[in-house]
Amino acid sequence: MANMRTISFDGVIVGGGGAGMRAALQLAQSGYKTAVISKVFPTRSHTVSAQGGITCAIASADPQDDWRWHMYDTVKGSDYIGDQDAIEYMCSVGPEAVFELEHMGLPFSRTEEGRIYQRPFGGQSKNFGEGGQAARTCAAADRTGHALLHTLYQGNMKNNTVFFNEWYATDIVKNQDGAVVGVIAICMETGETVYVKSKATVFATGGAGRIYASTTNAHINTGDGIGMALRAGFPVQDIEMWQFHPTGIHGAGVLVTEGCRGEGGYLVNKDGERFMERYAPNAKDLAGRDVVARSMVMEILEGRGCGPEGDHVYLKLDHLGEEVLHSRLPGICELSETFAHANPVHEPVPVVPTCHYMMGGIPTNVHGQALTVDASGNDVVIPGLYACGEVACVSVHGANRLGGNSLLDLVVFGRASGLFIEKALREGIEMRDASDSDIEQAMSRLDKLNNSTGGEKVADLRKELQTTMQNHFGVFRNEKFMQEGIQKLADLRGRIENAALEDKSQAFNTARIEALELHNLFEVAEATAIAAEERKESRGAHARDDYQDRDDENWLCHSMYFPGEKRVGKRAVNFAPKTVDTFQPKTRTY
Amino acid sequence: MVTAVTSFGRSGTSDWLVQRVSGVILLAYFLFIGSNLIGGVDYIAWKALFAHTWVKVFSLMALLSLAAHAWIGIWVVLTDYLTERLMGAKGNVLRVALQLLVMVTIFVYVVWGVQILWGY
Amino acid sequence: MLKVSIYRYNPEVDDKPYMQDFDFDTQGKDLMVLDVLEQLKSQDTTITYRRSCREGVCGSDGLNMNGKNGLACITPLSATVKGNKLVLRPLPGLPVIRDLIVDMSMFYAQYEKVQPYLQNNSPAPAIERLQSPEDRAKLDGLYECILCACCSTSCPSFWWNPDRFIGPAGLLQSYRFLADSRDTATEERLAKLDDPFSVFRCHGIQNCVNVCPKGLNPTRAIGHIRNMLLSRAT
Repeated sequence: MANMRTISFDGVIVGGGGAGMRAALQLAQSGYKTAVISKVFPTRSHTVSAQGGITCAIASADPQDDWRWHMYDTVKGSDYIGDQDAIEYMCSVGPEAVFELEHMGLPFSRTEEGRIYQRPFGGQSKNFGEGGQAARTCAAADRTGHALLHTLYQGNMKNNTVFFNEWYATDIVKNQDGAVVGVIAICMETGETVYVKSKATVFATGGAGRIYASTTNAHINTGDGIGMALRAGFPVQDIEMWQFHPTGIHGAGVLVTEGCRGEGGYLVNKDGERFMERYAPNAKDLAGRDVVARSMVMEILEGRGCGPEGDHVYLKLDHLGEEVLHSRLPGICELSETFAHANPVHEPVPVVPTCHYMMGGIPTNVHGQALTVDASGNDVVIPGLYACGEVACVSVHGANRLGGNSLLDLVVFGRASGLFIEKALREGIEMRDASDSDIEQAMSRLDKLNNSTGGEKVADLRKELQTTMQNHFGVFRNEKFMQEGIQKLADLRGRIENAALEDKSQAFNTARIEALELHNLFEVAEATAIAAEERKESRGAHARDDYQDRDDENWLCHSMYFPGEKRVGKRAVNFAPKTVDTFQPKTRTY
Repeated sequence: MVTAVTSFGRSGTSDWLVQRVSGVILLAYFLFIGSNLIGGVDYIAWKALFAHTWVKVFSLMALLSLAAHAWIGIWVVLTDYLTERLMGAKGNVLRVALQLLVMVTIFVYVVWGVQILWGY
Repeated sequence: MLKVSIYRYNPEVDDKPYMQDFDFDTQGKDLMVLDVLEQLKSQDTTITYRRSCREGVCGSDGLNMNGKNGLACITPLSATVKGNKLVLRPLPGLPVIRDLIVDMSMFYAQYEKVQPYLQNNSPAPAIERLQSPEDRAKLDGLYECILCACCSTSCPSFWWNPDRFIGPAGLLQSYRFLADSRDTATEERLAKLDDPFSVFRCHGIQNCVNVCPKGLNPTRAIGHIRNMLLSRAT
């Protein structure tokens, strides 16, 4: 290791998406030496694809709006395994975080009064579910994620954050005390490998939707943070909870925002029936995403799907008129024409539930500190490691995320992580340096890959993995199928660990990166599979044919997957918000 | 490195404006000359035309416009193609040499033009 | 069989770039150019290009396809293939790192030069700064830029002076902040643009407009900046 360079920072953020850049901004403003490691130029991160908006009770559309109503919706949406202290924090701090974004220049759409435009989204209500549909999602047309990501990058530029763009973090460096003291990272352009040493390592690596064959996620969403954490022996929480977005464009998987339904669009089956009226008589097309996705699959399975194969349904938008579509949903019109050859002004868009979001992740507290649990089940902070955004499980989304809550999550908890680390750095962080053997340990996977010979093609193995996950761990799950899936994954592990790297060159070797990403995809997939099989109930996005009901007696808890022994444990859900009464679990209907 | 020291007005806005205004003056002048030439012209008529002071002033305006227009236009072309970035240090030498040549040429033409207008 | 010809260059192996030809079976499908690249890469893993969102919003996969810049992920074969041939080259005018990947640092440097962030010297209110829908509408056609560099790398003025001419992408963002009713740094911004290179190397040939995958119009934005500079100067 003698010839490897070490670069030192007070805080290192792995991931240049919304969460990472919000955390970086906070730290950079505090004057601490901060760096962002991003495997793509930051504005190419997947936050850019978020469309509909950021849900937050800023009381623009409805002056009476209350963050507690938003909290109620989020708790209900989570099917009651969202931590209520974290949801309380997110919903109450949210308005401040959103106004900060506006002050930074985010070009929100506007109301006649000049305030931020808010649109209705699924699962939103007024007055704790009693007051009808709310409009709480702050939007910049249907390009909110793009506007947010660019604004955050611009804010970081203004504050001189150091960016390591097109650098790829491969593994966590732990010292002899088990504390995280940085990461190993590759400069993709030159192939140089360095040890990036840091007093605080923040994982903001996003999701891993690419474990499924059909996903709205970008190619880069390969669960790198989860993979690194699992390899370092840290647990992940609620990883079986995968959101299938109701409206992915059939065939392409590209997302069509829930805002389409918020603006008045609705789903129809082959008979032209607005079928959501049957499944969710009150909220109809704006029920929770899990509910809508399942209803769509039921329609398709019962032979009422559209198209020659009957394998999708239609999203009808033409009744909204050209003016509304072009002013409120311009990006959707483009995407629909490009990927479905359908102009929404005249024709419906063919859609199908598509893997979209990972509710689970690295368990953290509201300060972004990564957690594990000790033998007696108490939370223990992992020194040096933080997580925010999709990779983290705070948990504000529980078993099902509400639309527009992901952007709020990443802004609020990116900011919270930054604030906490700033305070911790001021108070002083002392950790022992990594020894040569600690660094060698972290380098072992990369070394093995660089010295590999033979092996199967990465692209083939990835395809097999994605197909397995799609077929065995999709919208509906059951014991037999999941068992088979777990068997297939067990067979894949060794083959993926020994995948081929034919191209050993240094300059921008994307083949090497894809092989490393595949390892991470596999870690996420395996954890998902084992946790999904273990949770013997149906809750939120986790729907089982063989256990169709929610089981609050046994499973009103987080699952914790421990990678060492591949064991699934349980962790208590927080039911103790600080300023409001607990929302007790109720039957969840829309 | 290409700098703006040798540009006409040292400001993009003024160069741009000069280029447009000089262009309009040149257009007007050529239309004026064209309209006088169109029916054929003899020495007497031509000399009479240039006996008017306003014609001399107009011609001088056109001459100066041409000089400015040419300088700005050629300066842009030279700073596009003959640069250190594209050719190394010899780009700078070549560019400055050509700029000097163009400058002297334009200067000579202006002096010669004034001589013609008021010298006969 | 579609003939796909790809620009190849690996600095560790190749003395100079060359074009490599592949036969590709589209199976009658009108694939996107990125799909073709992905399938070819699954066979030959050394083919190198950037990609991320695959839906035209991240701006990673700007390429020169049959002579015209665009995004590989939203360019169907039917829109670019002529005579059964697809020629893929890196974006022109920037140094090539490997195959279809160019070094974009000069492009980003020009973007940074325009200080693409909101500057407002009044204290922020407790809620958002108000902005009328009409004022917000002035940002449409500007803020949507994805920094793919298709425009700037199709602009000859940017080819010749990438260090001095800001280029269409940077200028579009410059105007995005000049046009924002919430920004108060108009004078400082304009003062930085007044030299003969930053803005005025644009000669209005509209290559940028022709290639922008998001349908934006940098030439128009540059015209607006020029008008602002003129009214400031006169």
